[in-house]
Amino acid sequence: MDSTEAVKTGQGAADAGKGARFAGLSGYHPPESVPDELVDADGKVRPHWQPFIDHLHDLTAEELVRATGRADQYLLDSGVFYRQYGLGQSTERPWPLSHVPVLIDQEEWDRLSAALVQRAHLLEALMADLYGPNRMVTEGHLPPSLVAGNPEWLRPMVGIEPASGHHLHFVAFEIGRGPDGKWWVLADRTQAPSGAGFALENRVATSRAFSTVFAEQNVHRLAGFFREFRDALLALRRDRDGRVAILTPGPLNETYYEHAYIARYLGFTLVQGEDLAVDRGRLMVRTVSGLRPLDVLWRRLDGSYADPLELNPQSRIGTPGMLSALRRQGLTMVNALGSGVLETRALMAFLPKLAPHLIGQTLALPNIATWWCGGAAERAAVLAAPKRMVLSPALGTGLPFDKAGETTAAAGLTAAELAARLAADGPNLVAQEAVTLSTTPMLVKGKLEPRPMSLRVFLARTGDGWQVMPGGFARIGASPDPTALAMQRGGNAADVWIMSRDEVPAVSILPKTTGPYRRSAPGALPSRAADNLFWLGRYVERTEGMVRLLRARNIRVAETGPATPLLETVDPILLGYGIDPEEGIPQGLIATLSAAVGSAGQVRDRFSPDAWSALADLEKSARRMAQRVTPGDDAARALSALLRKLAGFSGLVHENMYRFFGWRFLSIGRLHERAMGMAEMLCVLADPEAPPGALDLAIEVGDSILTHRRRFTVAASRETVVDLLALDPMNPRSLRHQVDGMLEQILALPGVSTYGELSELGRAMLRCQAEMATQTPESLSTEVLEAMRLRIAGLSDLLTEAYLR
Amino acid sequence: MTVYDLRMTVHYDFDRPTGSGRQLFRVMPADVAGVQRVTQFEVAIHPEPVEQLSFADFFGTQVIEAAMPPGLTELKLTLTAVVERKASEDGLDFTPARAALADEIDAYEGIGADAPHHFVLASPRIPGDAAISEFSRAACAGAVTVQETVAQLGEAIHAAMTFDAEATEVDTPPAEAFAARRGVCQDFAQIMIGGLRALGVPAAYAAGYLRTEPPPGMKRLEGADAMHAWVRAWTGTRMGWVEYDPTNRCFVGGDHLIVGYGRDYSDVAPVTGIMRVDGGQSGSHHVDIIERTGAARTPG
Repeated sequence: MDSTEAVKTGQGAADAGKGARFAGLSGYHPPESVPDELVDADGKVRPHWQPFIDHLHDLTAEELVRATGRADQYLLDSGVFYRQYGLGQSTERPWPLSHVPVLIDQEEWDRLSAALVQRAHLLEALMADLYGPNRMVTEGHLPPSLVAGNPEWLRPMVGIEPASGHHLHFVAFEIGRGPDGKWWVLADRTQAPSGAGFALENRVATSRAFSTVFAEQNVHRLAGFFREFRDALLALRRDRDGRVAILTPGPLNETYYEHAYIARYLGFTLVQGEDLAVDRGRLMVRTVSGLRPLDVLWRRLDGSYADPLELNPQSRIGTPGMLSALRRQGLTMVNALGSGVLETRALMAFLPKLAPHLIGQTLALPNIATWWCGGAAERAAVLAAPKRMVLSPALGTGLPFDKAGETTAAAGLTAAELAARLAADGPNLVAQEAVTLSTTPMLVKGKLEPRPMSLRVFLARTGDGWQVMPGGFARIGASPDPTALAMQRGGNAADVWIMSRDEVPAVSILPKTTGPYRRSAPGALPSRAADNLFWLGRYVERTEGMVRLLRARNIRVAETGPATPLLETVDPILLGYGIDPEEGIPQGLIATLSAAVGSAGQVRDRFSPDAWSALADLEKSARRMAQRVTPGDDAARALSALLRKLAGFSGLVHENMYRFFGWRFLSIGRLHERAMGMAEMLCVLADPEAPPGALDLAIEVGDSILTHRRRFTVAASRETVVDLLALDPMNPRSLRHQVDGMLEQILALPGVSTYGELSELGRAMLRCQAEMATQTPESLSTEVLEAMRLRIAGLSDLLTEAYLR
Repeated sequence: MTVYDLRMTVHYDFDRPTGSGRQLFRVMPADVAGVQRVTQFEVAIHPEPVEQLSFADFFGTQVIEAAMPPGLTELKLTLTAVVERKASEDGLDFTPARAALADEIDAYEGIGADAPHHFVLASPRIPGDAAISEFSRAACAGAVTVQETVAQLGEAIHAAMTFDAEATEVDTPPAEAFAARRGVCQDFAQIMIGGLRALGVPAAYAAGYLRTEPPPGMKRLEGADAMHAWVRAWTGTRMGWVEYDPTNRCFVGGDHLIVGYGRDYSDVAPVTGIMRVDGGQSGSHHVDIIERTGAARTPG
């Protein structure tokens, strides 16, 4: 490392006079035993890194902080998170980005890509054999127990030919660079590889931090890869009106964020198992327009959960009949169910030997050296050289160092212990060479430090065969220890830049245009998404109604104290919603808001990130306020602040949401809840028996003080209040206005009117509106209002019955 | 050869109308070359399914698949079939010593439905159980060949267990039934399978039917009025699979009609279904298997 010192301290010394320059490479000392991505064995910066390092050197320490801050801000703003499980709880964690990308030279990448494409071919061929003739087992190349005893080998899939002709469409490989500088495969990801969406987010964030160098250097863009894969999935449809969807286990999954992100990015519907049904051999999605066929499903859940009827009966996230549809080639599953078997660790011991039989080639890229301990020769080999061996379950999947407690270093056992363990449990064990990884720079407290890294590289099957994403997802170890164990303790993610010597073409996700433009039909809205949007509308409106009522109450508490007949009249309304009026920011209010966030979280693919951030921020603010706000004036001011934030969210949704079924259900939810709230409030506050001040409170909560003053020169009477808050169609808060709005929205829903004949919901809605439109302040007594409220409540049941089941 | 008239019904009642449901029925007797043949059959499902199919599963069992319309309040399947069954003959014991079986398993090539490899390890419903393993080792201490092992373990389980239809449910783990020493054919079979696997003998779960009335002068067999279960064990390359019924303490002859094999009950459950039910459901099975009198009865 001496020469690095020489080169870089030279620069450092020159910069020393200016004070706060970035410290550069001084102090960057990779371990001798492993290669480093940034510097070569002599400590010289590798050529493809030079421009990037030069850029860092041009920054002051302060500029560097600002640069990385831009990346962090992006991640924060777009709400990138992953879910962490532990201690029986799961929590959302901010995304741990290491800001310095991993740079790889194009020529090296091309060689690597070719080898990975070969491996993808091999895995496809093995998959076809394992679920077909099983030649590899029958001919003795693969031990039968690794297949027959493997929980990922799904027997019901044996003999089912994939509709597309291929089992695998999207795979990933974990690779690392060994001590000799060559790459090897650490693990195959074929079940439902995650990380491609996070790679995109890493890219956006990293390019924010280093925008100039990213723009000036020839870094391969990622969009082309996604566009080609999207086009490939679209091409698997039966016809132009067919659908492609992404199947997620749901918001509690650790990578749900990514599922929603990819769905939005590629323009595919995000569905859960309960959205789907099988009808006469075809997979269908339950939508508000009825069952609609789905031709291609990109699943992000483990295969065994896909069908509780024929696979894991415990699965609550699957679709009964999925296997039946696959048997009849009623859909293309990406990847075919059962592809998880290819991830089996013990297979790595056999893949090099299987390659000539399956694809007539030898493997171009080795995988991590693996011995299946079910064989006598293999056990002898492990016993002969135990020092560098790690033992783990033969049928385990994933990286050998990822699951703490799963692996044992053979060196930690005596020869007798090792021999006994192999003899007793050999067929269930694999021995693998302990992994050491190359190091790459990470920014730690303003300085670059070498950290071990592995890459996840993604491959997609397209019309032109397997394509490799020019980039990837780098995992950076949490400590400088280059043995892979450092990866166990968390760590960071980083972007991967493939550095071309030539200019790279600019690409975008937008499709190439061929032929005349044709506006595509908006996708069908899954019933579950509609249900969540409807309830999101209701919860948000309920929150707003409660906030208004609470604010009015707290203003009066500040003016007249808590124990007045008026407040005694109002409080039962709040209590009815589970809200304790005595609390400043009541927990019941926060629960309603959390329910809104929960509903929104189920349909994150249908929201702009801005709207989502606004809603999440609203909930966070309310929680924060709840800790310190006291009842009375303090609470009234805090509630006003919440009201403004609510208006912000509503504005983002109202101004930006595409006016289709999703928006309609959200709107109906809001209108419905507002109608119910207004009817209930008028029943209490406009009742002839209501205490003094009730009518003024109603006008205030109804946000109609100015209008009332302008329209009626007289003081508030029951007639003026009922006229303005119940009957006036021009007042956007009146009951009539909500009912009119609901009628308009409901008449625009699918199936409400068939050649003029209304559905049950349509008829009930129209009668309700007519009833409302023909009332007068005199006729709209408290009893009639209450009856109206119940009729409106009944509309929700009819809507649910017709669309949301 | 014996000819049987089989009539079986499965009947479910639902408290509340269900959403649409999909059911799999594994009730059709198998066609096994030289052993069993279905010459006629009829399946009736009520109410009329939206769609009815059938397919063979991995282990070769015929599965009837029915997609039911929504709003079900009851579901009824009636199967009538005429089945020819050839009694297996008792042969000489050419099975290897138990200690030699592992090598024969290893030498078996392929993982088709009949391969022993599927049946050596624990399965979803039969995880290993120390008490069953220990009991089995003790019971078979004197058994040399694999066939002797099967017979001695079957006899020991039959002696230790009491047939009791009230003691267990369809989901009762074999360890629990064994601890109570009570259960029905499913429990007897799953306990014996766990024991054989612990002894290194590949063992499968066999599901099917028993003749309702015994031949003249013979005792009526246990488990004849519902679906029955027994054990299939792999006894080496030469003799292959043998079948033993621990509930009735006998090797399987001509009184058993096979539906299918699996690793345990879950692979050959007579009814698998997902109903979107909120309320409860109740169900019953009924089986009649009558030997055809007057039908040709080949000697031997």
